[in-house]
Amino acid sequence: MGMTPRVTWFGEKTRKKIVAEAMEILEKIGVFVENEEAIELLTGAGARVAGGRVMIPSPVVEKALETTPSRILVYDRRGEVAMDLGEDRIHFNPGSAALRIFDPDINDARIPVTADVIKYARLTDALPNYAAQSTGLIPGDVPEEIADRYRVFLGLQNSIKPIVTGTFKVEAFRVMHEMLAAVSGNADTLMDKPIAIFDCCPSPPLMWSELTCQALIDCARTGLPAELVSMPLTGATSPVTLAGAVTQHCAENLSGITIHQLARAGSPIIYGGSPACFDMRKGTTPMGAVETMMIDGAYAEIGKHLGVPTHAYMGLSDSKRVDYQAGMETAMGSILAAVSGVNNISGPGMLDFESCQSLEKLVLDHEICGMALRLMEGIELRDDPIAMPLIEQGLAKKEFLSLPHTPKWFRKEAYFPDPVIDRGTLEEWRSRGKKDAPERARERVEKLLSKHEPELLDDAVVAHMTGLMEAEAKRYGLEKLPV
Amino acid sequence: MKEHLKECMQAIIDGDTERSEKLAKLTLEKGMPVLEVINKGFVAGIREVGRLWEEGELFLPELVIGADAMKMAMGILRPALEGGEGGPDRLGHVVIGTIEGDIHDIGKTLVATMLAANGFEVTDLGADVPVAKFVETAEEKGADWIAISALLTTTMPGQKKVIEQLEAKSLGNIRVMVGGAPCSAEWASEIGADGYAGDAVAAVALAKGKTG
Repeated sequence: MGMTPRVTWFGEKTRKKIVAEAMEILEKIGVFVENEEAIELLTGAGARVAGGRVMIPSPVVEKALETTPSRILVYDRRGEVAMDLGEDRIHFNPGSAALRIFDPDINDARIPVTADVIKYARLTDALPNYAAQSTGLIPGDVPEEIADRYRVFLGLQNSIKPIVTGTFKVEAFRVMHEMLAAVSGNADTLMDKPIAIFDCCPSPPLMWSELTCQALIDCARTGLPAELVSMPLTGATSPVTLAGAVTQHCAENLSGITIHQLARAGSPIIYGGSPACFDMRKGTTPMGAVETMMIDGAYAEIGKHLGVPTHAYMGLSDSKRVDYQAGMETAMGSILAAVSGVNNISGPGMLDFESCQSLEKLVLDHEICGMALRLMEGIELRDDPIAMPLIEQGLAKKEFLSLPHTPKWFRKEAYFPDPVIDRGTLEEWRSRGKKDAPERARERVEKLLSKHEPELLDDAVVAHMTGLMEAEAKRYGLEKLPV
Repeated sequence: MKEHLKECMQAIIDGDTERSEKLAKLTLEKGMPVLEVINKGFVAGIREVGRLWEEGELFLPELVIGADAMKMAMGILRPALEGGEGGPDRLGHVVIGTIEGDIHDIGKTLVATMLAANGFEVTDLGADVPVAKFVETAEEKGADWIAISALLTTTMPGQKKVIEQLEAKSLGNIRVMVGGAPCSAEWASEIGADGYAGDAVAAVALAKGKTG
């Protein structure tokens, strides 16, 4: 193995200081918790309630950290390991829960429908650099109340990859869990070999809503990995300094880990988030700001320091369409996430502050991911001596192409991007119609969707899931599912 | 007097709460015409803050501290107006909150701050506000506007429910503005709201344009 390139954000002393202060915050300021069961779990362990907040003593947090697994395996539908979260191993998956999809036909964002969600899942299935799929689009052709479950229903049928998702309503978890268990065989197999990750989002600063707490507890009890998505916004919902945001983020994550481990010690949980360097002009939350990425990379380092697998929303853009800004911000974030060793990187395909997905961008971002994955393999010393005999042979032949050493290694040394990335000549570009990357991506989307057939689920499993989903739809006045 | 007005205006632009407090008190001590000081001094200041923000000269923290300085001055001067020379132009009462199911609150707070700074009476219900609470409070306060923020697609339907309840109670005269990440002008017209505001300054413009 070559040396993996790494970026370091803090020294050991600063890392310890941040964690110590985060623990002090939990002990002295505490967290606001809406959920009765979570409050009971915390107070049962020694936390005290004062002024509507739960103050968590450091030993309670430390004990939770001791039982938190440092490695999480997530499986695909076939039972094979798709994600091995821990240490510096990186994985990409598309950004989750977009309200809109960018439609190149109308050159605008619009509300997605069932057909879009299916295409999106199939496309993710076809692109190997994505380790997981996500419930990336919120379909607008079913009642809002069941959209969370319906996305999972569609995703599971159209891709074998594990699914990064989350609940919009407390009661959705049971339905989603039953669908996932049906796909895995039963609830025990699902616990042993989880095929989904659930995002749980605390509200900054230091608040746990009923919904999020319940999701944390439900995840802990069923063994489905929980992914904390803590989102301090600098100067708006957290201190304005990057270090202040990282410290608040740490306190929020530690309180989440504590609730989760108290619900069931040893259950898998991911140290993650979606912070932003709040834009003081527009009042927006730019994911493409370099400072946002710095907070992400830095908190991932704190997560590693604590020995918990990490996640970040990186590799996405605030641009409204697939353009220069979209590529620039996505590439910058993906590479920084990779060299920060973020285990689960969510973001590809996403535009407009995590609110718009694009199939074309998903195809282009896939190549950024390919390059980032290659980058993390580092530079390997394959020969000793490194070059001298090869240069002698090359000089003798007047070229290196035909040396046996070349075909032996070239596929391992370089990542070959899909032709959406233009590495041809000017002549070739002209003769192919002077297309830019989004235009090439559009063609690629069509081609992949027409030729890729995802592995189908068992008819009996589909029937079971459909029964569940139809019952949910009827409860909210929808007689027939759009599929 | 001219100098005093200029200082009042500048205190708001600088977001200097201490100074605006002093200047407001001085206005009363010296028996200066309160209404004129408000309109030509402090209100002129907050208008300038809004203008500079729209031009990209000022940033949100400066907008908020300007509004805080404004609130301080108005808190001191408003009581002096009662029963006297008549209040500053009544702009209206806005009941504002983030809808049920949503506990995010930052955007809504910015809007509330700017509305108050611009002379609106504001009742801020906070976050996670039930539909009925918006309607009851607006009815009770005789509000001109209800401003509803929603940050999630799953909570957006609550905005529509507020409008439906207003109609059911024949309170259609109370106007409704919506805002928040998933909202848009199209959404506003789809649910029959009176307007959509993308940010705090737009909310002020909207409320001013359609009140009275």
